[in-house]
Amino acid sequence: MAPRVRDATDPAERELLSAGDVARTIARMAHQIIEKTSLGGEAHRPVVLLGIPSRGAPLARRLAELIAEFSDVTVPVGALDVTLYRDDLRRRPNRPLESTTLPEGGIDDCLVVLVDDVLFSGRTIRAALDALRDAGRPAAVQLAVLVDRGHRELPIRADYVGKNVPTSRTEEVAVCLTEVDGRDGVYLRREDHQ
Amino acid sequence: MKHLLSTDGLDPAQATALLDTADTLKRTLLGREVRKLPTLRGRTVVTMFYENSTRTRVSFEVAGKWMSADVINVSAGGSSVGKGESLRDTALTLSAAGADLVIVRHPASGAAHRLAGWLEGTGTGVVNAGDGMHEHPTQALLDAATLRERLGTIAGRRIAIVGDVLHSRVARSNVHLLTALGAEVVLVAPPTLLPTGVESWPVAVSHDLDPELPALDAVMMLRVQAERMHGGFFPSAREYSIAYGLNERRFNQLPEHAVVLHPGPMLRGMEIAAAVADSPRAAITEQVRNGVHVRMAVLYHLLAGEEEAA
Repeated sequence: MAPRVRDATDPAERELLSAGDVARTIARMAHQIIEKTSLGGEAHRPVVLLGIPSRGAPLARRLAELIAEFSDVTVPVGALDVTLYRDDLRRRPNRPLESTTLPEGGIDDCLVVLVDDVLFSGRTIRAALDALRDAGRPAAVQLAVLVDRGHRELPIRADYVGKNVPTSRTEEVAVCLTEVDGRDGVYLRREDHQ
Repeated sequence: MKHLLSTDGLDPAQATALLDTADTLKRTLLGREVRKLPTLRGRTVVTMFYENSTRTRVSFEVAGKWMSADVINVSAGGSSVGKGESLRDTALTLSAAGADLVIVRHPASGAAHRLAGWLEGTGTGVVNAGDGMHEHPTQALLDAATLRERLGTIAGRRIAIVGDVLHSRVARSNVHLLTALGAEVVLVAPPTLLPTGVESWPVAVSHDLDPELPALDAVMMLRVQAERMHGGFFPSAREYSIAYGLNERRFNQLPEHAVVLHPGPMLRGMEIAAAVADSPRAAITEQVRNGVHVRMAVLYHLLAGEEEAA
């Protein structure tokens, strides 16, 4: 099922990152991943990028393309749907499932970098860690997010952050990506204006 | 969605969502060592079977367990039903004991609907796993899932349902679901095995199987339900088999891509020849496999969502 496309600019929202900023931010994250995992170096562990649908999946694919461009190492990319592992299933209306695709060789003994658009409560990542456990046994797990907006409810932090944004709980951070929404950009909007 | 009682009136969008969920679950679990999802932890599912069943009961139980629900099986033989307790009291007992969902099979048509009515306001949902000669919605859903998988689409496909339509809840559920999803359905049976009022169903009816074969995308063979027959519906088993059985000669008249389905249990040599049942174009074991994923999808849609204020 296709995710809900985010519509054109709302007067109540503020642009946090322009299309150019998004591209630069993702490129910087790609460089950081190469550096921190010593990709291309002597004894680096195989790295796998797993995006969390919907917007983490295209984000992971973009990171992989940039990593290949910057370092000549091709990292396998996949998608990991965490819906079945969420702890709020009973509190929300039924969600359609999205697809999980693991790279050909699996994730056993790899360094898995989870990729998502926004890090908020940390509950999605907790669900992703549980889902990973059923998918295989990675050697280590790291987390890359385009935006960290704070308000964590669990002891979870990101290894790679595109942009830290202080927010209030009543605000919403909307990440738009061309693959899903037809354009790139990150916006902050007040929930009551939706 | 709180109950799944029939495919009659099931919204095509809802049906497609269920099939999509089943598909995703199947792909998610494919090749996994641990086929268990935590999604329905702490939910209690009770299966209540007043009629014999192998595949449906096992399939629901496996589906529930793979989703981490607690599954309890009650059969009419080993329970207080044997002491004369009514269906209503048994259901209220199970609900009071903590069942979030009751899956019921009963020889009386409409039993699941009555049950859903009695359980109104208790928060316990009901799934119809076959009620008399009325409906068997999850069977129709797994048939649709199998057809969609084999043929790519259901809309515009021509599907024959052959045999004992009169006594078949599988046929009724499939007629509603497949026509709602845009298929053309043709019922093929002797006049004695067609229900009265079949003219008003959204289907074509034929008494002769041979001329239908070359135009079919799928053929679904039904079991002759001897346990529900108390009269002469056809002269002899052999004559029925000759007129309506899917033998090898008939099988060869089907188009190359056509799929053979049977809801099981099948009577080899009666409605289907052994060689046909074992051919790669028969999807009979695939139906059983898909049954688990379809039932997981049903449990997910009924139990995972927001709790309604009871």
